[in-house]
Amino acid sequence: MTTTPTPPVLPADTPAVPRPLTPAERRAAMARAKLSSPWASGVAIVIAVVWTVPTIGLLVSSFRPQQSINTSGWWTWFRSPEFTLGNYNEVLFGARESFSTYFINSVVITLPAVVIPITLALLAAYAFAWIDFRGRDILFVAVFALQIVPLQVALIPLMQQYVRWEVAGSFWTVWLSHSIFALPLATFLLHNFMKDIPPSLVEAARVDGAGHVKIFFKVLMPLLVPAIAAFGIFQFLWVWNDLLVALTFAGGTPNVAPLTARLAELAGSRGEAWHLLTAGAFVAMVVPLIVFLALQRYFVRGLLSGGVKG
Amino acid sequence: MVFAILLFVVVMALILMSVDRARSVPNWALVAAFLGPALLMLAFGLLYPMVRTIRESFFDRTGTNYIGFDNYVTMFSQSEFQTVLRNTLIWVILVPILATFIGLVYAVLVDRTRFEALAKGLIFLPMAISLVGASIIWRFVYAYRPDQEGVAQIGLINQFLVWLGFEPQQFLINAPSNTFWLLIVMIWVQTGFAMTVLSAAIKAIPDDIVEAARLDGLTGARMFRYITVPSIRPALLVVLVTVTMTTLKAFDIVRTMTGGQFETSVVANEFYTQSFRQGNFGLGATLAVFLFILVIPVVIYQVRQLRLSEEIR
Repeated sequence: MTTTPTPPVLPADTPAVPRPLTPAERRAAMARAKLSSPWASGVAIVIAVVWTVPTIGLLVSSFRPQQSINTSGWWTWFRSPEFTLGNYNEVLFGARESFSTYFINSVVITLPAVVIPITLALLAAYAFAWIDFRGRDILFVAVFALQIVPLQVALIPLMQQYVRWEVAGSFWTVWLSHSIFALPLATFLLHNFMKDIPPSLVEAARVDGAGHVKIFFKVLMPLLVPAIAAFGIFQFLWVWNDLLVALTFAGGTPNVAPLTARLAELAGSRGEAWHLLTAGAFVAMVVPLIVFLALQRYFVRGLLSGGVKG
Repeated sequence: MVFAILLFVVVMALILMSVDRARSVPNWALVAAFLGPALLMLAFGLLYPMVRTIRESFFDRTGTNYIGFDNYVTMFSQSEFQTVLRNTLIWVILVPILATFIGLVYAVLVDRTRFEALAKGLIFLPMAISLVGASIIWRFVYAYRPDQEGVAQIGLINQFLVWLGFEPQQFLINAPSNTFWLLIVMIWVQTGFAMTVLSAAIKAIPDDIVEAARLDGLTGARMFRYITVPSIRPALLVVLVTVTMTTLKAFDIVRTMTGGQFETSVVANEFYTQSFRQGNFGLGATLAVFLFILVIPVVIYQVRQLRLSEEIR
């Protein structure tokens, strides 16, 4: 890079001049100048509005009476506000739709499907990071590469196997499948975090006579909490929001199917029942949104640590 | 659920205790205890199914008669499937590029401004919403009412069209533009991811580089072009690759919004339709294998990157 005009040297005898800005401060000032250009802030605002308005529209509608949703746009609400919880009531407890059952199904599916793969991946990551054995590198690359097998490739053989074992249509199939599909990425991410822990810590514990299990729980686990949280949120969102696995393994059985499957069904069979769809969509959204907003920092950290599930 | 978790914990505890008890446990037993469960599950749930599916793709719809490459021929020659392939291509090209581009521009625009946290939160939020939920949100935006006296539009875009004096459109039904309206939903969801990763990369650009460029008189768009974009190239690639893979495999949007009708189907959705609706296992398997072939270059690229980063370590 060419470094030409040197900055004008300030006369030494000007007392009015405060300390020079740090580079970071100068960049912040530049950013402010940049945004004060009408074009730049205009573009930013347009993007922000386009990204937000669709959700607001659906949210507003979910509180409007069915009649109003179907006859006028949600934006008219700001002129003539109406408010009802009837849609939510019907969606959650109404005889036919009853999202509450599916909501519980979603919870039952999600918790084990988050806990199991994380535990197994922690063990595997520990072995890859801290136990020496032959073929370790090849095995690790193989596990990493499995990340990229599309779920579609695995679904039908898995299902045939479940049918043979006579567990098809139960929660077990969903738990097991989600756990398997999460393992490659989980192992990879947690391994990366484990590698970053200074070996001296582990060595010291080993000298003190600690076995692998003790090292794992006493030394490594406390340091890994942020990484586990990050992947945990990731896996939580993935499982809660999943449709493909749920439809394949739990779709045909109403006492197992999660919210997403029900919502998709509702959208397909009664595509114009907006009062149910709007409220239903928000029932399905509320848990991931809370988790997401509360733990956003960890989640972003997880995203930035390199691997992301496709 | 509680039972399953407890059972799992007990089994894991037994394995770990048995490994840690005797001090003389051979190394292979140790490795087996730590790695065994994960590897066993991967072999059962990913490796073996992969082999089965590849085999299946050479068999007919019931999976009993060997038919060679017929399924592949069908996939590439029938016009119905050609539409599917064309749509997939459009998705895989447009979604990553647009999501990355919008994410990048937005990240640069809001970088270090007063409203940065809020502004990023707004774009990031759709990531927490399921693709099914996102589809419903956008179906509402695209909602159509025939243009008649006394009929009000309830979909935002059609209302805009009416206000501007145009006819309302059936966005989801009119082919081929409907594919475009569908993939907007995917862009809407994925842009937040692109923005987050790229924003972190932008913040990591050393201050002195920016400083030197500024002294050279670079500002605004030229700063973006000559300093920002080259500095974050690795992050850009990661984002592009990740969004591409997500796009290839996602079927929720197409299934929820049109069910794959009106010439909007993509490979991932067609796989589901053929396998589970039409009962054509052979063709379903072929579509799955095709998806797999499409991502193999990505695997190779990723493994290379992994090797590089290991060397740096």
